Amino acid sequence: MAAPRIATSSPPRTDGDSIGRLDGYQGALGGVTRREFLKYCTGIAAALGLSPALGIRIADAATGADRPPVIWLSGQACTGCTETLLRAYHPTLETLILDQISLDYHETLAAGAGHQAEQVRRESMQANHGRYLLVVDGAIPTGETADYCRVGGERFIDLVTHAAEGAGAIIAMGSCSAWGGIPSSDPNPTNARSAQDVLPDHQVVNIPGCPPNPYNFLATVLHYLTFQRLPALDARNRPRFAYGRLIHENCERRPHFDAGRFAREFGDEGHRQGWCLYYLGCKGPETWANCPAIGFNDIGESAWPVGVGHPCFGCTEQGVGFSKPVHGLATLQSVTPPTAFPRVVEEQGGVSPAAVGVAAGVAGAAIGAAVVLTGRLGKHGPPPEEAPPRDDN
Amino acid sequence: MALNRRAFLKLTAAQGAAAATVAGGTDAAAQDLRRGPRPLPPGAVGLLYDSTLCIGCRACQAACKEANGMPAEVPERYAAWNGGTWDSPTDLSGDTLTVIQVYQHGTMAEKDSAVDGYAFVKRQCMHCTDASCVSVCPVSAMTKDPETGIVAHHPDRCIGCRYCVLACPFGVPRYEFDDPFGEIQKCQLCSNLPDRDIPACADVCPTGANLFGHTEVLQAEARRRLAMAPGDTYAFPRGVLLRDEETGEPVTDRSRYEGEVARYEQDVYGEELLGGTQCLVLAGVPFGLLGLPEDVPDTSYASITEGIQHTLYRYMIAPMLLLAGLIAFAYRSARKHRPEDWD
Repeated sequence: MAAPRIATSSPPRTDGDSIGRLDGYQGALGGVTRREFLKYCTGIAAALGLSPALGIRIADAATGADRPPVIWLSGQACTGCTETLLRAYHPTLETLILDQISLDYHETLAAGAGHQAEQVRRESMQANHGRYLLVVDGAIPTGETADYCRVGGERFIDLVTHAAEGAGAIIAMGSCSAWGGIPSSDPNPTNARSAQDVLPDHQVVNIPGCPPNPYNFLATVLHYLTFQRLPALDARNRPRFAYGRLIHENCERRPHFDAGRFAREFGDEGHRQGWCLYYLGCKGPETWANCPAIGFNDIGESAWPVGVGHPCFGCTEQGVGFSKPVHGLATLQSVTPPTAFPRVVEEQGGVSPAAVGVAAGVAGAAIGAAVVLTGRLGKHGPPPEEAPPRDDN
Repeated sequence: MALNRRAFLKLTAAQGAAAATVAGGTDAAAQDLRRGPRPLPPGAVGLLYDSTLCIGCRACQAACKEANGMPAEVPERYAAWNGGTWDSPTDLSGDTLTVIQVYQHGTMAEKDSAVDGYAFVKRQCMHCTDASCVSVCPVSAMTKDPETGIVAHHPDRCIGCRYCVLACPFGVPRYEFDDPFGEIQKCQLCSNLPDRDIPACADVCPTGANLFGHTEVLQAEARRRLAMAPGDTYAFPRGVLLRDEETGEPVTDRSRYEGEVARYEQDVYGEELLGGTQCLVLAGVPFGLLGLPEDVPDTSYASITEGIQHTLYRYMIAPMLLLAGLIAFAYRSARKHRPEDWD
């Protein structure tokens, strides 16, 4: 049953009315009801592949008195990673940054600006040394071209390396900071590198995507808050709960691929029927991400590129996104020749139990006949004229 | 002629020696009797199957079955409980005109690698320039189109002798053994389907691994790919490849896509061997590993058998002479041993 909610048209309540009915108290959790908040935490637990019961622990961690400080540094970025965060609806952004984390520095979202904002960042980093969460979005220009990105008079590469020293955990948000993204694509005029490249001595969690799904980021943060450690990572330091499967594996159009139904042109019959987009250059078969499973913007299924009819272009995948031609064909990563295909020389037939039974029966009869025959050998004895006299008893 | 024991043995030995001599000289004699190679028909069409482009999606298999109205093959052991299964057929059959098979070795880690790799191959009719199945058919049920060179089968003429099944070096024509009124089935490049422009398998292939077109254009395309270095970028055509009348360049009406050129075996399968085939294969592993026979002559089998047979039986002169000799011999023997009272 839905939680009782305050109708907007109802008369204003006094504080006394709310006692004992905190479920409906809008002010308690920054605009979300307690039930909604627990649902969100349980959802995060599900996204992480955890038991729903752990949603309570996540809620405790997220609402603890000591909200984790977050320093968010933006380099060669388009602000898309911030925009994606703005489109998280459970929780809404204000709940996130006012009640769950303490977003101490974020160029786009900060109320203050200029020296004031820089001052807050420095103070927070000092006060929370060793425990703040560092988020980097955007690539980092390096080498002689490191000057191409400066914030507050400081080179971005110095900001990142300095902030990393006191960070409890470092998250590279978006493909640019995870592996270089657009700024690093050929010819890479600014020598743009990933956060991990710039911080070789630190563990960086990569959340690639252009932009990444906000819940992959939120789930990683809440996992860190709840368990005080990072979620399981793959070989490219991406959380396995989000990047453990190929898009091809969970794609809602996969049955069309298996049946050989491909859209050949935008707007053709197959495209309108929602057929597989491999022919048009979909990179789902070589891109590891959970887009088809989780979708974007909380508006239900199919809210992701392939869902709306455009081939995946592999934004999360180094060497695919921004480097392969958008309509070039993907290299399949999930071909499983041993089981799925007939071999050039296929063993045929086999022996059924019935055939074994018949053969055994025939063999048994033959052996029996042979035994009987052998037993009778010599029974006739020598020719009659030499035969011993018969006992006629 | 009284044939005593000694004379009989001598005759037998002489015959044996003669037979041995003939057998020893057969190959040379057969080569002498071989008829000339058949030229590629003027409008010869075929498929270029590029194994390195094939992703094993089997869209061609599904499209072929759908276009030709062939039922899915359900193994008998599944039929009782899983009639709707979509398992792939293991080989060509009376219900399967094309099938994607895989070569696999070791860890199967790398595509188009003979060692620790795998590679796909598409089995189907090669549409030989000088087809054995057409040559052996006693009732002209198997025909080769004089214009397109498509080897087609006409079940209304077929007597079900299955010589074509035995004669094909690629094991392509298959008989419907599970049907009391079975027919021969084989790929006819969809020429049997009046409403299709190009074969269904080439039409549906997403990577252009099956490319339909005139054999000469496909040969040039295959040579072009072999000439490129592995890793080069090439805009691969899909569906159908035609030759532009003005420029002579290969053109396609579909969108091409950019891809990397794989490491090819430096040979076009079907260009030379067995008198040439209208369907060609490119691959990244030796063709023998893909079940494509390599230990075959460059000349067609039909050119030998037809050379011998058409020489021996020319105008039926030799058989008539043989028959006349036998009659004469029989008549003479009969006269010599004529009993006294035979009147």
